[in-house]
This record gives sequence, C-alpha cells and structure tokens, in this order.
Amino acid sequence: MEFGLSESQRLLQDNARKFFQGECPMEEVRRLMETETAYDETLWAKMAELGYTGITFPEEYGGVGLGKVELILLMEEAGRALLPGPLFSTVALAGAAIDAVASTEQKKRYLAKISSGEARATLAMLEGNASWDLGELRVLTANDRLTGEKLFVPDAKVADFIVVVARNGVFLADSKAPGISIHAMKAMDLTRKMYSVRFTNTPVERLGSVTNLPGALDTAAAAVVAEMVGGMQRTLDITVEYAKMRKQFGKPIGMYQAVQHQCADMYLETESARSAVYYAAWALDESAPDAAMAVSIAKMYASDVARRVGNRGIQVHGGMGFTWENDIHLYYKRAKASETALGDSTYHRERIARLAIDARAASSQSA
Amino acid sequence: MDLNLNAEERQFRDELRAWLEAHCPKDWPEWREKPLEESFAYLRSWQRKLDEGHWAAVSWPKEYGGRSATLMQQAIFWEEMARVEAPSMANALGLGLIGPTIIAHGTPAQKKRFIPKILSAEEIWCQGFSEPNAGSDLASLQTEARLEGNDYIVNGQKVWTSFGWVADWCELVVRTDPAAPKHKGLTVLLVDMKSPGVEVRPLRQMTGESEFNELFFRDVRVPKENVLGQVNDGWNVAISTLMFERGSYGARLHLLFKRNIDRLIELSFKFQRNGRSAAHDPLLRQKLAQCYAEIEIMRLNQLRAFSRVTSTGVPGPEGSIQKIFWSELNQRLQQIAQEMLGPYGQLTAGDSLAVDGGIWSYGYLRTRGNTIEAGTSEIQRNIIGHFVLGLPRSY
Repeated sequence: MEFGLSESQRLLQDNARKFFQGECPMEEVRRLMETETAYDETLWAKMAELGYTGITFPEEYGGVGLGKVELILLMEEAGRALLPGPLFSTVALAGAAIDAVASTEQKKRYLAKISSGEARATLAMLEGNASWDLGELRVLTANDRLTGEKLFVPDAKVADFIVVVARNGVFLADSKAPGISIHAMKAMDLTRKMYSVRFTNTPVERLGSVTNLPGALDTAAAAVVAEMVGGMQRTLDITVEYAKMRKQFGKPIGMYQAVQHQCADMYLETESARSAVYYAAWALDESAPDAAMAVSIAKMYASDVARRVGNRGIQVHGGMGFTWENDIHLYYKRAKASETALGDSTYHRERIARLAIDARAASSQSA
Repeated sequence: MDLNLNAEERQFRDELRAWLEAHCPKDWPEWREKPLEESFAYLRSWQRKLDEGHWAAVSWPKEYGGRSATLMQQAIFWEEMARVEAPSMANALGLGLIGPTIIAHGTPAQKKRFIPKILSAEEIWCQGFSEPNAGSDLASLQTEARLEGNDYIVNGQKVWTSFGWVADWCELVVRTDPAAPKHKGLTVLLVDMKSPGVEVRPLRQMTGESEFNELFFRDVRVPKENVLGQVNDGWNVAISTLMFERGSYGARLHLLFKRNIDRLIELSFKFQRNGRSAAHDPLLRQKLAQCYAEIEIMRLNQLRAFSRVTSTGVPGPEGSIQKIFWSELNQRLQQIAQEMLGPYGQLTAGDSLAVDGGIWSYGYLRTRGNTIEAGTSEIQRNIIGHFVLGLPRSY
C-alpha cells in the first residue's frame, strides 16, 4: 500500500509546475482575465504538445492514456497557477463525458481532436433551476434537434463543440451550428468565463445515454477539487510568506498565535482536501466500489474548506487582502466558482447521506 | 500511488487474522465492567499472549522482539485489532511511547534490562511529564534531581499520569541544571515506582472516573545509570516520546470512530425529530454525512502521512494535524449524538433509559479532554505554524 506518488507521477507534477510557472505566471493570468475569453492560442498549443489535452484519453483515440491520478496532479498544478482558459472544460468536462458515453467512432473523431489540441470543448448541463441532478433536467431533443437554454457553461465562447446533457441523452453540438447563441454571464471569476448557451432548433449528434454520465461527472468533480487544492496551496503559501514579512508592533505578524493558528488551519484543510482527492482519483482509476462516495467526500469537503482557506488568507493579509492588486482575491473568486461547480457541499453531503444512511435502511429492510 | 495491499502486507494481515482468530478472547465485554484491578490483570495476560505470538509491538525492530513492521503494516495491525474488538494491551504507554524512546536513546544495558519486560507486561510503565505549573509549557517543569554520589535525589510533583496506580516504572522528566535555559537543563530518568518516597494519588476527572494520577516524589533516590539519553539533553528525549504519541495514535482510532458513526446512523432511524426519523431530518442527515466523510478523511490523512514518513518510523511535526483532526472530530461526533438523542443524551450508565448504557453522555464529557491531552489543539497549531510553515516562534 503506497499513498505517495510514483517516480513518473512526481515527474509529471514537477514538469507541470515548472511549465505553468514559466508559461503562465500571474502577470499572464491578469492579462488574460481582462480579455474577452481568457484564452490564449499559443499557450493552448504548448499544452497540447506536452500531452496535457489528451492526458487521460486512450492512445487509440490519440490520447496519452494516463490515469485519473495523473489527471488530478495536472489539474492541481493548473489550479495552483490559476490557469485561465478551457483546459478543465475541454479535458475534464467534455472529454470525460465523450470518453464515458460516446461510440468508438465518435471517440476517435472527437477525442483525437481534443488530444491534438485542434479542438476545445465544454459541457452544458445546468438549466434555470441550477440543479446537478440528472433527473431534474428539462431540455430534451426531438429528431436530433435541440431547443432550450443551458446556463453556467464554462468557456463556451472558445469551444469548438459543446457536449449537451439533455433529459433524453448526451448530445454534441458544433458551436458554429445554426440556432446557437452564446452570451457571457458576468460572474466573479474572471479567469474562467461563464456563458449561457441558447439552442433554437439546433442540429445535434447523439453521443449516448446518460447512464454512463455519472462516472464522467465524478471524474470532473475530482478534477475541480484538484484545482481547488492547488488554489488552496497557493493561497496558503502567499499568506505564510506575507505573515513572515509584514510587521506590526515591531514584529512579523506571523509571530502572533492568532495569525499562526489561521495558517495552521489553512494547512490542515489544504492537506485534508488533498488526501481526499488523491484517494478519489485512485478509486476512480480502480473502479473501486466506493469511488462515487470518495468523490463526494472530496467535493463536499473541498467546497467548504476552499472558501474557508480563502477567508483566512484574506483576513491574515489585512487591508492588503482586500485590494485588487493582491492576487489572493483571484484565487478566492475561482474557489467560489469551483465550490458550486458539479455540486456544492450541501449537494454532496446529501449524496453521502443517500449512500451511507438510506442504503443502510434499504439493506436492513431486505435482510 | 497504489492503495491495494501488496503481497507482504496481505501476508502480514492474513497471518495476524489467523492468529487473532485462534487467540483473541471473546469474553472481554464481561471483564470490561469489572473493577479496574481485575480487568487490568486480564489485559496483562492478553498482552503476554500477544507477545508470545510476537504481536505485542509490531513496530519495534525484530532484534527487540517486534516485527519491524512498516507504518502501513502498523495501520493494518490496529485496523485488524479493532475489527475483532480485541481488548487493549495493558502496557499501552510502554509499548507505544516509552519502549520506542528507550530503543532510540537507551544504553545496551538499559535495553536489555527494560525492553523484554515491557513486551511481556511484566513491568507496566507510566510517563511523568506534566506538572501543576507545567502543562503546555512543559519545559518549565520544576521537579528537580540533584546528583549525590551515584544517585539522583528527586523532589517534585507530576500530574495527569495515566497508569500511575499500577505502574512499576516511570519515564520521568526532571530538572538537573536549574541555571541553564529551560530546555537545556532537563534530563529523563527511568524511575522505579516502588522506590521509597514515591506516592501515587488518584485524580478524579469530570466523567467521575480516575484514569489519571498525581505522583509525588520526596527525596527519591534514582541510580545514575537510569538516566535515559544524555544528562541535560532530556528535552530531545521527551520530544521523541511526544512525537510517537502524536503520530501513530490516530491510526488506532479510525475503526472506533467508524463504529460510533455507524451506531449513530443506526440510532437515527429510531429517534424522532420534527415528526419523522432523525435519519430523514434534513439537518441531521447533513450532519451525519459530514461526520461520516470526515472520519474517512482522517483515515486518508493518516495513510498519506504514513507514506511520507521514512522507514525510521519517527513521525515529524506533520503528526500535529492528525492530533487536531481526530480530537476535534471526536467532539463533533459526540455533539451530533447529543443533538440526536435530545434529553436522553444526558442519561448516564446505570439509568434504565440511558441509550447504549450511557456511552454517549460519557463520550460527550470524555472528548472534552481530547483537545487537551497529548498536547492541546493550541500547542499543535503552534507546532504547525513554527515547525511546518516556518513562522517565527511566538514564545
């Protein structure tokens, strides 16, 4: 039993960290977030070249064929760098959904384009009621035509195709197809743009049924938690750095226990979220019976502590933490977007309750 | 990363399972209710049996009677012990903390003299660390030892001593150089509890029981060959004991917590709340689920920490997050129990309506001690702040 990373996993982590540090430092994040789509073509091409866009997809579809653990290591580094643009949307949302539900022929077509860097994609699921329950979706297709609106779709404007979760299945729409209109939703997080996507009698291609989608959504949830862990780690790092440097009453504020204990709690929460998501990724790779539970535990926990770590970090920074100039608010806003993505803590606690409490009632009744 | 058991771990587990199947007594629940003196004799003989099978101290090196078990194997050991609800071992501190400290710092003669009897539970050990005026600030302790010929003469008082009433030996931290800075003037002595001048008194805690003792030392003579480690280097010796305490203890608790949350979930179908079972009350469901999840995270934190620690088996300051996590989680778990049980939560052992024999009222009170014993939550956060995050010391 080994919970540490293997040599090759560590190498991937190191390389990703160096790559993002070099290619996407905070100045670049700030430049991109002021653009319309927060997307940079050159950066995308470099990520594709390194295999990041095809990291988990099978080699027969042009991917690198690595596991979920490798995926979350990459996403953790992306989160630490606050990487703008559609890596998460393309790989962990749309890509994972295609991989889970589409036919071999469709996977060959779409995953190859994603892996090579030729195409970007996203997943449109939430509707007006903002529910992540598949049973509460209203939009459906008729004769492979789709009419309806999807909300909170990340990176839709730069997506070449949009995977749409409908009541009657999972579909794929070319973003240039007739009847699609994409409008920006003005959300807090400027580094990952959100859109509403309206379909009016839009031709779509059926990928498959929703039966296999939950596994893909679990992969996406693990990926977003990994990003959150990277963001928490960076928030902790800059907070500790600041607490060592900032002086009040003639001493570094990090000497005062009221400040130290905030930092200690940030450390505890960050490490605990990391343990939870590493395990969840491994459980997904192994198709372990508790994989869904493990993902919900990770997303539930991270959704609460990412916010809390941000709160503590801002508090320790004092007035500086409230400025636009300091980077901490950028992580804080991403954390808020990630908190609700794929279900917040209340949603996942209910899912845990169904698995841990209701399942027991069912088994004791049948016994 | 591979969380499946490897071949060696599987073999270790299977061998242990088979051994427990054949040797683990089933009548412990009856003995648990008996007076401490009787039940303790039972635990002594259980430990002797474990030692005969070389299972008493699996983490210890083979040459000292252990199995040189990896941290993962140790985790497996405690999970398996908890799984069959095996009784605890009589010499818990000797095996878990003091034995490893003697192995790390002791002379060959000390190891030969003390180690076998720790394993066999022939000699029970206690720890003389805290004092009335030295709790979190342990290094300010005042119990003094002055050298007179070949003996140290010890005077002072210790508190919060587990197993003091039954201990044969004590790992005692004393001040040997009052002129030196407080961390530099301490020494660890191995003290025979039958020495003249040693007095043990029970200390009654808020639960009504006396798990702990107060120790009084009046002109107690300790031969100087019983110094553990170097004279005036006692702080380092004591710290290694505390590291063993913080690092590995959490591993033993996971199954206990799991059993408690499972029981609470069971009870949630029996207790009513707002006209429906507590299991279907939206708020309590959320709280139970949160607690269930945190118990799993506690396990995962522990496994990850184990993977980080090198083969020396000496845990680092990261162990502090385990201590904070389990102690505060245990309090939250007990609070959920209280919320669910309502007025029944306050009923204690002996009341005919007490739920589960009063364990929940007991647990509610006992867990207040969890964030205090073995280093308060505040001290653990200081340790993380300074030793892990590199923030300047506050004191």
